[in-house]
Amino acid sequence: MTYPKNPSVAYDPWQHLSQFTPARIALGRTGMSLPTRANLDFQLAHALARDAVHIPLDFTQLKQRLNMLGYATQALQSQAENESMYLQRPDLGRLLSLNSLAELQAQPPLAVDAVIIIADGLSSKAIEHHTVPFIELLLPALQAKAYQMPSLCLVKHGRVAIGDAIAEHYKARLCILLIGERPGLSSPDSMGIYFTYQAQSGVSTDADRNCISNIHNNGLSYEQALKKLLFLIDGAEQLQLSGVSLKDETTEAGLNNQLEANFLLS
Amino acid sequence: MYKSTIQHLSYDFKTLANLMAKATPPRSGDVLAGVAATNNLERVAAQWTLADVPLKQFLNEALVPYETDEITRLIIDDHDSLAFAPISHLTVGDFRNWLLSEQATTETLTAIAPGLTPEMVAAVSKLMRIQDLILVAKKCRVVTQFRNTIGLEGRFSTRLQPNHPTDHPAGIAASLIDGLLYSCGDAVIGINPASDNLEATLRLLHLLNDVIERFQIPTQACVLAHVTTTLKAIEQGAPVDLMFQSIAGTQKANDSFGINLGLLAEAHQATLDLRRGTVGTNCMYFETGQGSALSANANEGLDQQTCEARAYAVARKFKPLLVNTVVGFIGPEYLYDGKQIIRAGLEDHFCGKLLGLPMGCDICYTNHAEADQDDMDMLLSAFAMAGGTFIMGVPGADDIMLNYQSTSFHDALYIRQTLGLRTAPEFEQWLQHHELFDAHNQLRQQTNIPPLFKASLQQLKNSQS
Repeated sequence: MTYPKNPSVAYDPWQHLSQFTPARIALGRTGMSLPTRANLDFQLAHALARDAVHIPLDFTQLKQRLNMLGYATQALQSQAENESMYLQRPDLGRLLSLNSLAELQAQPPLAVDAVIIIADGLSSKAIEHHTVPFIELLLPALQAKAYQMPSLCLVKHGRVAIGDAIAEHYKARLCILLIGERPGLSSPDSMGIYFTYQAQSGVSTDADRNCISNIHNNGLSYEQALKKLLFLIDGAEQLQLSGVSLKDETTEAGLNNQLEANFLLS
Repeated sequence: MYKSTIQHLSYDFKTLANLMAKATPPRSGDVLAGVAATNNLERVAAQWTLADVPLKQFLNEALVPYETDEITRLIIDDHDSLAFAPISHLTVGDFRNWLLSEQATTETLTAIAPGLTPEMVAAVSKLMRIQDLILVAKKCRVVTQFRNTIGLEGRFSTRLQPNHPTDHPAGIAASLIDGLLYSCGDAVIGINPASDNLEATLRLLHLLNDVIERFQIPTQACVLAHVTTTLKAIEQGAPVDLMFQSIAGTQKANDSFGINLGLLAEAHQATLDLRRGTVGTNCMYFETGQGSALSANANEGLDQQTCEARAYAVARKFKPLLVNTVVGFIGPEYLYDGKQIIRAGLEDHFCGKLLGLPMGCDICYTNHAEADQDDMDMLLSAFAMAGGTFIMGVPGADDIMLNYQSTSFHDALYIRQTLGLRTAPEFEQWLQHHELFDAHNQLRQQTNIPPLFKASLQQLKNSQS
């Protein structure tokens, strides 16, 4: 960010620290307050993030992209019939619509190990940007474990707990749900993964889930997210549970530049 | 059964819980839960009825059954009837009058605190306007200590929150320096880890400990992981100043958080045993927020503000250094807009203070709520007028990991300047000593990197050129 020179604005002489973080640091001040430019930057980001909430996910395009890679999909919907209902009624976003339920029940019974669910959540951009490349890594890894899985479930207006009903229907041990996280000012396209072992609708709670969040270009990479997820899957298979009793104990190899990592203490 | 007749219409409220919910000022979460008043007149009828309920009734009629809820048991079993005696004859309506009167001084309010239950303070708050919530809370004084002193008169503290989407140490350090140079961080330097990963938690605990030791900062550190993760970290010898946990007001909601009172007691004791405080032993940091119980399908038929106040019973059991109501965090399903967020923040502060807690407020909103910076400024200004204990300090108000907007370092400077508030005394001395503050406790204009961090940052520059 460049500031127009203005004598009443105090610039912070530590602006070079911005290389380490996308956080809004070293903004300077006028008196004790935010300078005009930084204030306007914020307003712009807020406007973009507000708008991002309301952009619907293009499910047709997502389906085509996944199908082209050879992955079968099925379209499901929650009981939240529109966006406004989705935002105000989280309870409906956790339940499958009657039509979707009927479609699932019409399928011949399958013995599966895992279900993968993709829900729009609060950021269509997150799903649009990150789902396909992540699925390309995830599915081969699960297939290598010889896991049986039904078609990918694409859920419109879904909240996290909607995965429970789907997993329960398939009697799947592992429920893996990818969802668009609420848009932040600096990361409007952040994807989260919720993992639940033996999910049961109305029974599983947040304490039974493990969450891997902040998957986006300035956050967790697809590889890092996959590593964590596979660790959790293996742990869950061993302990036969997920949630607070299952800890992510993966180690981080990304901290190679020790000087940068510890500059404050060097 | 509670009855009233207003404008020739009679209203029946089946239970005290029902009456409390109907008397609550409008908020989306209560509508979602199906417990809100159906119209304005019903709400006012409930408020009239609630005003006539004796405070004693809250000791006789549990809102969540004693047999099935350990928080109800905690509230009833720990109730101090001696402290309650001076106000035990009052109704909820009279209690409001008493609180606003000259009889309620800092001393009397401190004395009755153990005699108050969360439901009593929640009830009276429902009859109060914003100015009442401010005026009464302002009379309360709650002082806590660990490595510095929080909550003294005329003081206003900040939690420095240097979050990073991948917990990268350099990214966290950059925000941390920025915050310290903006004079933030006396309440705590607290990081929300991006994952509940034990190794990441250990790394962050050591990072914060090293920074606090290296620069001799009179403050405390916290990594806001789940208690079970922090307990594991303690087992591995990690330097834990404050034990963190999110808590809620029903046993069922806490179950969904994977906690209970026994686990919290164990965590509290493990942290006390480390003896890391230098001026005091308050070593717990709790976060709460209206809507969290409903979000876990565990509101037990209560309105969300009453649930929230019940969480404070959990908090006060463990003598925390800090309690933070994260008021607009979960979203518009629970607090729809700026107006609802502002009132909820002030209610929570009022209820917490009356119960004797060091209440801070994460004045915040998400991008799917009908709120903006103006709303946050209104809440910040009112919260500080009410004698709020601390707020968050997030670079530029934009939390890049949690994806919401909180208060910024600049916001803290604004409110300290406007209301003449100061940081914790030990922290203030440190800021003066390192010439970040001038003789009048004003932040100095820095044309060069201040001596405190000069060596670290100079080396960084050299290594890159």
